[in-house]
Order: sequence, then C-alpha cells, then structure tokens
Amino acid sequence: MNTIALRISDFLKQYPPFNMLQQDQLLAISGAVEVIYVEPENFVFKTTEDVKSVFYVVREGAIGLYREDTQNLVDECDEGDIFGLRALIRQGNYKLTAKALEESIVYSISSDLLEEYITSNMEANKFLMKSFASNISLRPDSTWQSPPSTMSIGDFNEAESITYSKNPITCNPNTLIQHAAKTMTDNRVGSIIITDNQKPIGIITDKDLRVKIATGQVSIKASVTEIMSSPVITYLETISVAEAQIAMLEHKITHLCITKDGTPNSILTGILSEHDILVIRENNASVLVKEIKRCQTSLELQQIRIRSEALLKRYLEQNLPINHISKIISAINDNITKQVISLVQKDMPTKPPTAYAWMSMGSQGRHEQLLLTDQDNFLVFDNVQEADYETTQNYFLEFAKKITENLNTVGFEYCPANMMGSNPKWCLSLSEWQSQFKRWITHPDQDHLMLCTIFFDFAFVYGDQTLADKLTENIFDAIDSHDIFLNYLGLNALNNPPPLSFFRNFLVESSGEHKDQFDIKARAMVPLVDAARLLILSKHIASINNTTARYQKLMALEPQNKDIYEACLLSYEDLLRFRTRQGLKHKDSGRFIDLQQLSKADRLELKSSFKAIKSVQELIQTRFKLSQLM
Amino acid sequence: MGWFKKHSYPPFWNEYISSFDNHSEKELHHIRFVVFDTETTGLNPKSDRILSIGTIAIINNTIIISDQLEVYLKQDTFNAETVKIHGLLKAGKLEKVTEEAAIMEFLKHIKNAVLVAHHAAFDIAMVNACLKRMGLPNLKNKVVDSGFVYQNTLNSANPNLHFSLDDLSKQFNIPQHDRHTASGDAYITAVLFLKLIALLRHQKANLKLDDLIIPKKRIGLL
Repeated sequence: MNTIALRISDFLKQYPPFNMLQQDQLLAISGAVEVIYVEPENFVFKTTEDVKSVFYVVREGAIGLYREDTQNLVDECDEGDIFGLRALIRQGNYKLTAKALEESIVYSISSDLLEEYITSNMEANKFLMKSFASNISLRPDSTWQSPPSTMSIGDFNEAESITYSKNPITCNPNTLIQHAAKTMTDNRVGSIIITDNQKPIGIITDKDLRVKIATGQVSIKASVTEIMSSPVITYLETISVAEAQIAMLEHKITHLCITKDGTPNSILTGILSEHDILVIRENNASVLVKEIKRCQTSLELQQIRIRSEALLKRYLEQNLPINHISKIISAINDNITKQVISLVQKDMPTKPPTAYAWMSMGSQGRHEQLLLTDQDNFLVFDNVQEADYETTQNYFLEFAKKITENLNTVGFEYCPANMMGSNPKWCLSLSEWQSQFKRWITHPDQDHLMLCTIFFDFAFVYGDQTLADKLTENIFDAIDSHDIFLNYLGLNALNNPPPLSFFRNFLVESSGEHKDQFDIKARAMVPLVDAARLLILSKHIASINNTTARYQKLMALEPQNKDIYEACLLSYEDLLRFRTRQGLKHKDSGRFIDLQQLSKADRLELKSSFKAIKSVQELIQTRFKLSQLM
Repeated sequence: MGWFKKHSYPPFWNEYISSFDNHSEKELHHIRFVVFDTETTGLNPKSDRILSIGTIAIINNTIIISDQLEVYLKQDTFNAETVKIHGLLKAGKLEKVTEEAAIMEFLKHIKNAVLVAHHAAFDIAMVNACLKRMGLPNLKNKVVDSGFVYQNTLNSANPNLHFSLDDLSKQFNIPQHDRHTASGDAYITAVLFLKLIALLRHQKANLKLDDLIIPKKRIGLL
C-alpha cells in the first residue's frame, strides 16, 4: 500500500502523456517518483552539468528553461509540464538550464521508466515526438509506424463496428419446418436460428426453404435439423464491417451468429445479416457520393451536405484518423461542387464557348476543409481570340455567378473577400492567369505573397484538367527564373511565430470581436500550412496540396529532418481535429478558442504543437538564409 | 548487565541496533531522513494505541516515494471518539498486522535513519510504548521535530509557541491531501521539512544536523 504514490498518479493522470498510460503503468511510475523542492532562483540542472538519467514534471510552481546564460528564457514550464527529457534522450549535455522562477515542487522520473512504459506506448510516444521534436529520434529502433494514409472512401466504414439484431428469432431442434417457416413469417425475418440450450447449432434462411422445401426435396413436416445449415459461423459482437463482409464472402453465407465469447459453444446474443451491413453502408461516404450524382437541385445537395456533417461527427467520435476524415469530407464537398457545376452547365442557354476549369483554393484546395466555411474558387478558360475575349469572359462570369449562388444555397457561404470565380479578377483566360501568377512571383510584395498563399494551393475540381496542369507548370517555370521568390515566401511563412513566450497566458487577440480568444488558425495552423507549402514548392512538387500529405512527402525526401516533419504532421492533425471539434461544439468555424474553457491537458496539447512550429520555422530560416533578408 | 540483555533480544532488534554500528553521517545531504507519522486511538502514550504508521524517506533534499512504509495495526483498544479524525475503524477493510509485526517492519525500514515527525515527541513516545510492551528498549535514532525546526526559522526564544501541521501546511502552501492519514501527514511533513531546511540554509550557510535537533534537556516536552 502506498497512498502517496496513489496521490501522485492522481496528479499525473491529468496530463499527457501520463493520461495515455494504463492504471498499473502509471502506478509503477508514481511509486518510483522522487520529489524535489526547488527554491526560487535555484537550479534543477545547468548546461554545464552531466545529464542525469531522469526527466522532470512540474508539480507546483514554475520552472524556466534558459539558453546558455540565464538571460534568454526559452520556455516556461508550469503544473503538468515535462522538462529535461530532450537531453536525456539525446544523451549529451543539457542544452538548456532549468531554474525555478518561483517556489516549485518537481517530480523526477527515471529514464528506465520512460522506456518501459512511455515510449513503448504509441500514443504517449507520439505526444513526446511532437513535444520534443528535434533532429533525434525518441526510439532509434522505432517499432511503430505512422497510420496508413492510403485508405479509400470505400474502405472507410470498415473500421466501424456494427449494430446488429439483438433479438434473433430462434427455435429448438425438434421444431417442424412448417412451424419454423410460420415463425419467420410472423416475425417478418428471412432467417431462424436453431438453438440448443441457447447455443446456436444451425440456421435456416429463406433460401433453404426455396431450395430444399419448395422443390419437394424435403417435407414441411420434417424437423428443422433436416434442412438447417450447420455449424453456424460465429463471431464476437465487436466484429467490424470489413470482418463481417469477409466472413460472409469466405463462407458464402448471408448471416453470422453473434455469441457471447465468439464461439458456437456460448450463448447466442444476436444475428448479423447482409442487410444490416447494407443499412450501415447507406449513410457512409460512398453512398453519399453516389446520391450526390442523382441530385437534380441544390436543395437536394444541401441535404447531403447536412448528412455529411453527421458523418463527420460520427467519425470524430470514433476517433478515426483526422487525415482520413478530411479526405472523405473533402471528397464529398468536391463531388457536391462538381454536381452543382454540371447542373448549372445544363441550365446555361448555350454551351461554354471554350474549355474551362473550375478550381478550388485555400483550405478547400488543400482538402482540409472539414467544417462549412466560405467558398474560395476561381475559373480559368482557354485562350481565345482577343476580339472574343470580352464575350467569353462575360459568359463565364455569368456561369460562375450561378455556380457560386448554388454553392451558397448548398451551404458554402460567399467568400467575404470575394475570392470567387464570379469576380472578374478571378475569372480569366489561361494566358491572363499565367501572366498574373508570374507577376506575383516576380514582384513579391505583401499583397502578392498573400495571394500566392491562397491561390497556389489550388485544386482542379471540374472541367478541363489540362488547363490546371498548364497553370502549375507555369508557376514552377516562374519560380525557377526568380528563385528569390521562395525566400520571400519563406519570410512570409515566418510571419506568425509560435506563441512560445506565452505559456500560462496564451497569446490571445488583444482587440476586436474575438478579444481574449486564441486564434488557432492564424497562430497555429497557418504557420504549419505555410511552411509545408514553401518546402514542397522548393522541391518542385506540384501534385500534393494537402498539408499532412506534404509533410509525409517531405519526411520521405529528407530523412535527416524526418522528426521535425513528423512533429509538424502530428501537430497539424491534432490542431485540425481540435478545431473541428471546437467548431462542431460551438457551431462556428472553430477558429477562435476561449482558453478559459480548455482543460489543462488540452492546453498542453496545443502548446506541444507550437514546439513543432518553432522547429520547422528554424529550419526554414536556416535553409532560405532568411536572417540576411530580415 | 547490558551485555547479557543484548543476547536475550530477538534477532530483528539486534539487526536494528547493528545498523548504528557504522560511523554516523554528518553531512546533511548524505543523511537518510525518515519522516513519519502515527495515527493513534488517543493522546496518552500509555493507554492509547497506534492505528497506523506512515513513513517517507528523504535523501539529499529529495523525497523518495519508493522508500516508504504504510502499515495498519490490528486493534484491541478502540476509541470511538478518534475515529472521526483518522477514519480508521477497528475492523476496516485495510489489511492489518499485529502491533509486534508493525514495529518489526518499522525498525527494519528506518534502520539508523534520522527520524522526522511533527511534534515528534508524541510519535516517538507511542512507538517506545509499543517497544516496552514487547520487552524492548527505546528507539536509538536521532529525532528531528519539524515543529522545533520551524521555531528555529523564527529565531524565537519562546519555547511555548505551538504550531499545528495544519497551520504550517497552510502557511507554506502545501496542499492538504490525505490529511489525518499517517502516510498523508508524513508526506506533508516531508515537504514542510524540505521547505524549512531551505529557509534555515539562508540563515546559516553551513547547516548541520545538530542545528535541527532539540537540545537534550527539552526532550519530553510535548
């Protein structure tokens, strides 16, 4: 019995990564904690000291981490914060000095326990990777992999567990076939399970009655055991959609029995039919996409958009990987947009005078739009004779206007900055767009850079894809001949430094409608998006717009910086999930967060993502030699 | 006489005594302190009994959570009045041991450590009373009273000042978890002790164990 250890675990379990551990693991750690009292201005460790084989958690008070001398405060740790871990893993000297800013009580935890319980736990390890991103790996023999990101929409529901019939219709082995058929008819079911002592021993389906009875092969007065299929295929109730489908295909059957322990030797608790699976599929992404194609009005499409929001909520509740969720939701949004355009095109009095492409940009272009936000789009049409330019543009402006109106009806509100294809500035021919992009690249002033960050994340939605491809080529050609542009884009990417110097008080908006709220988009997400765009453009990679996909690509291209990119990726996913949850909860864009309402654990999570921002911004600063430009 | 007596003592006592053979440590940061607290049926060391003992060790200004003891004792004497304070019923759910077993465990755990308790004289008297019932001499350990150490920080000559653990934990900002359980109070006393030592260091650069210990003549004052 160790009441004190119990109290320590009560404290630790409020904070990541300890809240990701099992109770017994946490108790083992708590029982081995050493408690240190540090007076203000006293040191826990200094850069000159050898690394101790422990790391620290602040119990009370505040510990400042300083670089080199004690002038340069780098980080401030308070209740629940971890420090001294990076040096421990790096096994070198302390890079920072830890000094108490006020009277503090600190828990010290041995590195052995870290290895035994924390880095071996995938969730906890992920958290540490994110918090302590650097050029080192926490586990050199990294045994776990990032979750696969290649799931298609069709596969998506497979991970979900199934709702199944919990009151299966049964009969005993002595029942006559005729009586069993009557029971099935009365209960309007297509199958009956034959049970012995509540254990399933066989099954009769409509098909058996058709094949074996209606053909006169067996008498209706025979007992059910004559025609039942036996043994039955049994599963635990936790079976997933994918498992169920595979089992049905493998055994060429349409019904699975659910039993208490998953074997035929335990009590029958339910039955799962092919039909149950169909019902689940009805509200999944692929079904929604199919229905979109049948919609004839924007009001019908609006209904689908609303249903997709329910889907989004369910996915979030099930904790499915956020990049998968955003792929699904983006695919639905893309398909709705496509359907809107094709409906509008049919409605136009004449056919389009030339080829065109409808492009989405910003978060929609990056396929990161989870919540309903406003539309950002533009239109490019093929080059025409100068004499025809005006009539062609007018046609497409009219066309775009109808598209944006319909999108607005569906639920994508008009862009307040009018960045839409219905704006004459954003409805241009290919050559006009090309020279415009070139102008932005060669004259990278503040406005042009801002436009680049929005327009260069474009994605083709509808029309003639070759036009989109030509735009992309053009951008790279222009960047190649003006490579100073990337340095300017780099400077722009550093515009939003992470709010690392505000620990207890996050940097909040100081004025305006969102006073005292934290702008998660501008302060945390945009920096990561900007960094990913810059780095991927510098690698001449055009096909990847999505921020997490960009970081994945960067991880593959630069193994030496894998840890930084991985930290960015994990942070971005967390932020996206966080923002989406906030948005669903408050029925808004989720952009402004009231910090008072956040739990300490949430705040620590947020804070850990700032560290990733910091490392990638440092990398950008060095790579693009930005200190010379500043 | 002592020579004969020593041989009649049980092995656990001899083992305890032999832990004092080695040259005792003088440097504060090398000394093993065992902070402890007892919950009792009442305030009379002669007639009341120990209900539980909680300890926690301090070495080099660090509380070692794994170096601890928490024992609950089987009761013959039972005082319904004090149940309200410590919450230990005569036959609660906790696993309990006999007084003798508890003392054996306690001695094995503390060895030659310097004992620390708040108003230590009482807790020491309670343990010594147990030892007496077992036919054994008093505890041999040096004892630090955190109440006395606090008085030292005040530079006050008034020996009659009395500060409860409650008062001091409030004054020193120590959260009161598990107050009135032996382990909980031992932990609070341990944190208090660390803070007091830090305070005294400011007053006296080269702090020694003797600075913490009540001069002999005053031992026994409750």
